[in-house]
Amino acid sequence: MMKFRFRRGGHDPQRDRIKQELFAFNKTVEHGFPNQPSSLAYDPKLRIMAVGTKSGAVKIYGAPGVEFTGLHRETATVTQMHFLPGQGRLLSLLDDNTLHLWEIYHKDGCSHLEEIHSFALPGRPGFDSANSPPSIARVTVILLKSACDVACLGTEGGGVYFLELSGLTLLEDKALFQDEILQSVPDDYRCGKALGPVESLQEHPQDPSKILIGYSRGLVVVWDEIARKVDHLFLGNQQLESLTWERSGKTVVSSHSDGGYMVWSLNSSSQKTLQPLLSTIPYGPFPCKAINKILWRTCESGSHFIIFSGGMPRASYGDRHCVSVLQGQTLVTLDFTSRVIDFFTVHNTEAAEGEFDNPRALVVLVEEELVVIDLQTPGWPTVPAPYLAPLHSSAITCSYHISNVPLKLWERIISAGEQQNPQLSSVNWPIDGGKNLAQEPTQRGFLLTGHEDGTVRFWDASGVSLKPLYKLGTANIFQTDCEHNDSLNQAEEEWPPFRKVGCFDPYSDDPRLGIQKIALCKYTARMVVAGTAGQVLVMELSDEKSEHAISVATLDLLQDREGFTWKGHDRLAPKNGTIAFTPGFQPSILVQCLPPAAVTAVTLHSEWNLVAFGTSHGFGLFDYYRRNPVLARCTLHPNDSLAMEGPLSRVKSLKKSLRQSFRRIRKSRVSGKKRVPTSSPSSKVQEANAQLAEQAGPPEVEMTPVQRRIEPRSADDSLSGVVRCLYFADTFLRDATHHGPTMWAGTNSGSVFAYALEVPSQEKFSERAVEAVLGKEIQLMHRAPVVSIAVLDGRGNPLPEPYEVSRDLAKAPDMQGSHSVLISSEEQFKVFTLPKVSAKTKFKLTAHEGCRVRKVALVSFASAACEDYAEHGLVCLTNLGDIHIFSVPGLRPQVHYDCIRKEDISGIASCVFTKHGQGFYLISPSEFERFSLSARNITEPLCYLELTRRHDGTCLG
Amino acid sequence: MNRAQRGVGGSRGLGTMEVKSKFGAEFRRFSLERSKPGKFEEFYGLLQHVHKIPNVEVLVGYTDIHGDLLPINNDDNYHKAVSTANPLLRIFIQRKEDADYSAFGTDTMTRKKNVLSNVLRPDNHRKKPHVVISMPQDFRPVSSIIDVDILPETHRRVRLYKYGTDKPLGFYIRDGSSVRVTPHGLEKVPGIFISRLVPGGLAQSTGLLAVNDEVLEVNGIEVSGKSLDQVTDMMIANSRNLIITVRPANQRNNIVRNSRTSGSSGQSTDNSLQSYTPHIVQNYHPEEEESDDEDIIIEDSGEPQQIPKAVPTCESLESLTQIELLHESTQNGFIPSSEVNLFHSAGSINMEYEIHDADQKSLEEDGTIITL
Repeated sequence: MMKFRFRRGGHDPQRDRIKQELFAFNKTVEHGFPNQPSSLAYDPKLRIMAVGTKSGAVKIYGAPGVEFTGLHRETATVTQMHFLPGQGRLLSLLDDNTLHLWEIYHKDGCSHLEEIHSFALPGRPGFDSANSPPSIARVTVILLKSACDVACLGTEGGGVYFLELSGLTLLEDKALFQDEILQSVPDDYRCGKALGPVESLQEHPQDPSKILIGYSRGLVVVWDEIARKVDHLFLGNQQLESLTWERSGKTVVSSHSDGGYMVWSLNSSSQKTLQPLLSTIPYGPFPCKAINKILWRTCESGSHFIIFSGGMPRASYGDRHCVSVLQGQTLVTLDFTSRVIDFFTVHNTEAAEGEFDNPRALVVLVEEELVVIDLQTPGWPTVPAPYLAPLHSSAITCSYHISNVPLKLWERIISAGEQQNPQLSSVNWPIDGGKNLAQEPTQRGFLLTGHEDGTVRFWDASGVSLKPLYKLGTANIFQTDCEHNDSLNQAEEEWPPFRKVGCFDPYSDDPRLGIQKIALCKYTARMVVAGTAGQVLVMELSDEKSEHAISVATLDLLQDREGFTWKGHDRLAPKNGTIAFTPGFQPSILVQCLPPAAVTAVTLHSEWNLVAFGTSHGFGLFDYYRRNPVLARCTLHPNDSLAMEGPLSRVKSLKKSLRQSFRRIRKSRVSGKKRVPTSSPSSKVQEANAQLAEQAGPPEVEMTPVQRRIEPRSADDSLSGVVRCLYFADTFLRDATHHGPTMWAGTNSGSVFAYALEVPSQEKFSERAVEAVLGKEIQLMHRAPVVSIAVLDGRGNPLPEPYEVSRDLAKAPDMQGSHSVLISSEEQFKVFTLPKVSAKTKFKLTAHEGCRVRKVALVSFASAACEDYAEHGLVCLTNLGDIHIFSVPGLRPQVHYDCIRKEDISGIASCVFTKHGQGFYLISPSEFERFSLSARNITEPLCYLELTRRHDGTCLG
Repeated sequence: MNRAQRGVGGSRGLGTMEVKSKFGAEFRRFSLERSKPGKFEEFYGLLQHVHKIPNVEVLVGYTDIHGDLLPINNDDNYHKAVSTANPLLRIFIQRKEDADYSAFGTDTMTRKKNVLSNVLRPDNHRKKPHVVISMPQDFRPVSSIIDVDILPETHRRVRLYKYGTDKPLGFYIRDGSSVRVTPHGLEKVPGIFISRLVPGGLAQSTGLLAVNDEVLEVNGIEVSGKSLDQVTDMMIANSRNLIITVRPANQRNNIVRNSRTSGSSGQSTDNSLQSYTPHIVQNYHPEEEESDDEDIIIEDSGEPQQIPKAVPTCESLESLTQIELLHESTQNGFIPSSEVNLFHSAGSINMEYEIHDADQKSLEEDGTIITL
């Protein structure tokens, strides 16, 4: 170890240059659906859409591949966003009452997003902002004038302020307070009460000098800005939620907290309107919830659309999240599984009179997904989204990446996916602004995610937008109680006319269905999917639908080990008889591990027709061609009682340790991050108290310091038998002259089992059975869990995958030189010679850095400078969230990067690496962060937006 | 002691020494040149010869001046036995297969008046279990203080040898803070401390570590800036051969340099050993460190074997039992790279190091204290 460090000290400038050409760390793009979205905006001119989140992120999307991400400096909820149409600028409001102006600018031919100005509304003149209740100046609504020069800010206090957009400066003299409005209001309406906060501000569609102001109490005013007078009054008495203009400017629609909406006519004969043309509570007569937002869109081909959110009958459907679309007599109640954040329509915005809105699509942002409804196709089908996919429609339990997918498999999977959803609309994605400048991906990549509900989803991970391709369900082959659901849905009442939309469904019927491990052979389209209840499904891709029975084989991994009883869940009972399957992956064999513990490792060798799988009790080898088990081996240590009890009885201790670790995290957060002092007096008091408290306590007193026991791992540590990795290789296990099929298994306690396999040749497959003979058993002295095993050929390169060589897709491995095996444990990497297992090189990561290995992968790094130079590297993600790259087989450290926060345990656990130096990890339940370690292989958004900004950019920029 | 008196009279000359050797019920007497005792192997052969047991594997022991039965199994302790014999050297020989290991040790001869009953009837001896000291060839250090010469006096580098024993390492660590002298004055910095010693554990039994000792390094790597979990993982990763540098909470037991009476932190030390080893005992060998994790490989025959090293190093356990003597001082000749590393890291830890820098040369006199 020490010698090694000594040697490493020397710097080789040439090597440093090569390293720079090979490795570079970049977080490139976030895939999936933003976590906790809080606002939505749309620019009809540029046809781009923005989503703001509770963490202060701003994400702009246009055509697939056109993406911008910005993050406010403050971690505050983005409550509203408004585009300056056509300009590529966006005004955002945070819940700390600050406004921020964002701009898309061009650099090197590509567009980028950055924040250029920010603004906080001061308190009312004459009031010290620190003393007045902050709510008075709190911005409730924003209206951007169509000329894009001024923004109107409605506030909680009822005032309307005007803000010059070029520099975010307040136009003090233009501010409009309630007293001015109240002068025009008849005395009997006034009755001494304030009008309440401004609830809505809308510009007159034909006359930009007039704005429509709606106050919470129900008063709606048309205000003439130039004449500075009230143009018209609608004396509403119902608490107001939102307002919308009809396109011509002759009609106004208001929505209210009682679940009703009113249509008002702008009759120029009188300055006041007392009664609306129409007042209706669509889901009445029983009390209804508020209609939060309403839109009125005219349509050439039929009657107008009224689209509103909320308004559901409080008692019976108050918990539903709905958007109602009403056109003439047609009403559809879109029923979402999560809260509606906002919605807009994509429609004709040319301001010429007499034309119609002709809405093309309705875009609804709900808390967990984005749903787009095609309003031009009868039946209003859903438009499949090319991005913003809700990855977490059921919780992700595992992920798996496949690089270089052959075109044939790609097309077959796309076609299988298309046949799954015939009801989807075929219109083009309506939000298609901007140009994707990124090169066509050089290769196709699948990202497969396994989910809690037993589904496996296939995603197109070749480019910037992660597009859903195909969804495979495994629940249908088991007897579960979820089948009744369909019939229940049918029986539902006809009123309101609910229609389930979206796919977010976090409720799993049976946690045992959860997918734990996936293995796919891209050449033979054979896949193995393994789950929580010890089920291992061997599947084949079929282009035809089929109806067949599944053969079931059980494999006892305990191998008559005595004294153990499984106290965990039961196995899933497979359905009897034939089952119908749609085109796509269709299971042919179910191998059931006993006891039915979760599968912890799976691997597949399609050339040998073998699948290997492991649980916390042992591992098995199954010949899916002959459909018989080849091997079962128990890895349990005699003293390991925990593994037998199953997951349920462990809950207590897990809870305890979780609680402890949370306490620690909380403690470190409190001490590490001082709160930003806010201006309100109450928080000042709190702050002072907090400081006092900090000083008062004797600093040395720690209640119960966290202790860590220092003890080497022993053989009987709990769960020592868990099989962590399985691996097939054609190599030299028994002697140096004959290579042959081998299977390797590594356990949690540092044991490695290597089996020599007798695989009959292709022709004799049906005659002779596969045999497995234990060749070597290695016990790593430090007993750390074995994370990965890989065989390197004579040149030190990893062995290719099955069929890669025979299909001319990879160079044949060197079978002349001596092979070696690279065993990665949680603590160190070690290369052993083969067939005589002797240690050749090693790197003790934990002893050096104090971090533990969580994920490793052998990755090919192509040089950014030289077209055909590539190196293999061992990439390792540690429990501290940093990534180290080592040379192979020398195991010399090359570079390391901080990647994931060490507190982000689920992020670290979810990380997958691709074969060419990229990776994915979950930054929230619904989002993958994509990163690249390669200097050459980078997938990042490169896009261009054609802006129609007038040349006033100087004062803005 | 009467017999001893008689032995004085019986001694024939100043240069010779009487040896009384007992094997089973038989005694043999012969004499040795006190000045030229020869090698242990010759002596062993001589004993086999005089007792006429040429092919019997035996264990050789002698009673020292305190009446303890001590083993003779190498040149060192053979020479010591000869030089301290006054005037009679009493040798006890046992067959290896029925050797009573517990017979050796402190007080073994004085406590039991009759050595015979001790050796011949070990059963009644075993009824009172006491600290068992294993046979000489199984002796191995369980802990040591190392690198005394290159560390500041306020620090102590302790090596715990975990292999082969069933004893747990037996200690816990915690977060804490310590006060350091920095260019900006005194500063409180976070540190890692020993929080608990398990009774009967290796750490406690050595007496070299104590609760509230601050951990500064683990196997040559500084822990400052590392979290408790990281340090825990580092220690566990090195647990088979753990070298921790601590700043003891109790600074009164520090090794005082320049003094021949180098007091250890607890256990008694043999002064004669010190006078005998005037060279630095350098225990910290990279090779030795490597030997901690030889993985076990079981071939299909089912015979377990140690995985051979691709690069041969000294690896057998026996080599560890020997105290390695480097006859070069660190100043001239071979400097293990590890030592250089440690030297630098130690220097960066504490400013006090600078103060003692001048004492470097005289430190060579200090040996490593082996606590058995």
